[in-house]
Order: sequence, then C-alpha cells, then structure tokens
Amino acid sequence: MDAATDAELVVRCRAGDEAAWEALVDRYARYVYAIAARVYRLGQEDAEDVFQEVFARVFERLDTLRDDDALRPWIAQTTRNCAVDTLRRSGREISVEDVPEDIDEGLDRLDEALTVHEALERLAPECREILDRFFRRDESYRTISADLELPSGTVASRIARCLARLRDLLEPGRNQPPAPSGEKVAEQR
Amino acid sequence: MTPEEHIGLALRALPTPPTGWVEAAKELPAARRELETIVERVERDAQFRERAIADLEAMLRSEGVEPTPVVVAHLRRRLQT
Repeated sequence: MDAATDAELVVRCRAGDEAAWEALVDRYARYVYAIAARVYRLGQEDAEDVFQEVFARVFERLDTLRDDDALRPWIAQTTRNCAVDTLRRSGREISVEDVPEDIDEGLDRLDEALTVHEALERLAPECREILDRFFRRDESYRTISADLELPSGTVASRIARCLARLRDLLEPGRNQPPAPSGEKVAEQR
Repeated sequence: MTPEEHIGLALRALPTPPTGWVEAAKELPAARRELETIVERVERDAQFRERAIADLEAMLRSEGVEPTPVVVAHLRRRLQT
C-alpha cells in the first residue's frame, strides 16, 4: 500500500495520477464499506450502491476539498450522506430501527479501527501478513500454520509479538522511561 | 480487555468489501475517459439525453458500454449537473 499521506494522495489524484487513485481506494474501501454495512446496516445491494456512489463523488469532487488533510472526515461524511439518501430512496422512513442511535459512537469506533489498519501497513511484511490472516481474514491457527509452514505455537507467539509492535506504533514512547519531572523530584525530597 | 485485545478488535472492525467493488472503484479514471464521449452527446443531443434519463443502463448497453455500478453512478452524477 502507498505510504503517502492523505494530503499527498489528494494532490497526486488531482494531477491525474491513477496509481494514487488506486491507493486512495485501497486505503478507504474497508472504511466506506463498514460505515454502509455496519453503521447503517444496509444490505449488500444498497451497500454496493453507496460504496460506488461515494467513490464516484470523491473522484468528481476532489477539487472541492478545502483541506487536503481532511480527506478522512470528508469521506466519512460523504458515506453518511449517501447511506441516508439510499435509505430515503428505498422509501423507508429513517427511524431508530434503520439508523442505530449510537451512530456517532459507531463512526468513532471505525475511525479508530482505520487508524489501527493504517498502522498495520507500516509493520514489517511478516507481521502484517500474520495479523492480516488472523484478524482480518479470520483464518485459524491451523490454516496459518499450514500456509506459512510454522508450528502452531510459533503462530501464536508471532501474533502476540506483532500485536505488541503494532501497539508500539500506535502508542509511541510507551516503553520509554518517564522523563524526570521537576515536580516529582521535589515531591521525593 | 488488554490493549492488544483492543487492537485485535479494531483490526476485525473493518470488513473486506467484495473485490469486484474495489476493482470497479479503481477503474473510475478509465471509466470516466470512456464516458466522456457519451457525456458530450448527452449535453448536446436532447433526444439522447431523454433516452439516458429514461433508461441509463439500456442506453449504455446500446453504446457498447457495460453498465457497471461505478459507470452508472458516475454517469448519473453527470446527468444531474
């Protein structure tokens, strides 16, 4: 996956760089799908319409994005709008049953998940692969063990080690000793 | 829940969309190029525009373009502007 920042991808997309567009789609495909299917609970057909409509709008309106760093919230809002439009078009009243009350909470969770996914892309390939297989593709220890020719115990320990590395990326400095603080020194005296 | 379990949960929270959807979205720039001729015709030919509005998918097929969801979504947007 392209390591460029969102703002860099936006600039390249505007310049007609098709590889940048593909990277943008790869980066946000899961996010858009999750908002449509999990937060708004759309069926597959409606979710597909929303998915395609969102990327069509993003492609068409990229020039109107005022802050290139705001790509993520813009895509989230576009997906929300498309999902609500789809619910309206289907003739359904948008009621509590259609749209979960905890919609903002759901979006916050997906936002956090996307941050974790982005960090995953920065891990070494062996870590990325094993975490991808176990968590994202839901493969069993047995399948991973057979495919990667590793003993099951090694699969488990590698998953644990790679999760710890991912945590290090998400919480930089957590293993550093705390910097001495003047106040604490004063307290100890 | 440990922080690692929390991370694991976050990794599971974003499901993989069907590959075909992602590939179709990636093909937007190519689809756009293909549709430019049709869009131009829609803009200058009222009868053709009516045909497009009446049945977009049939019109695309008659022009030799596969009406995939991404192509239809793109063209629908152009027709609305």
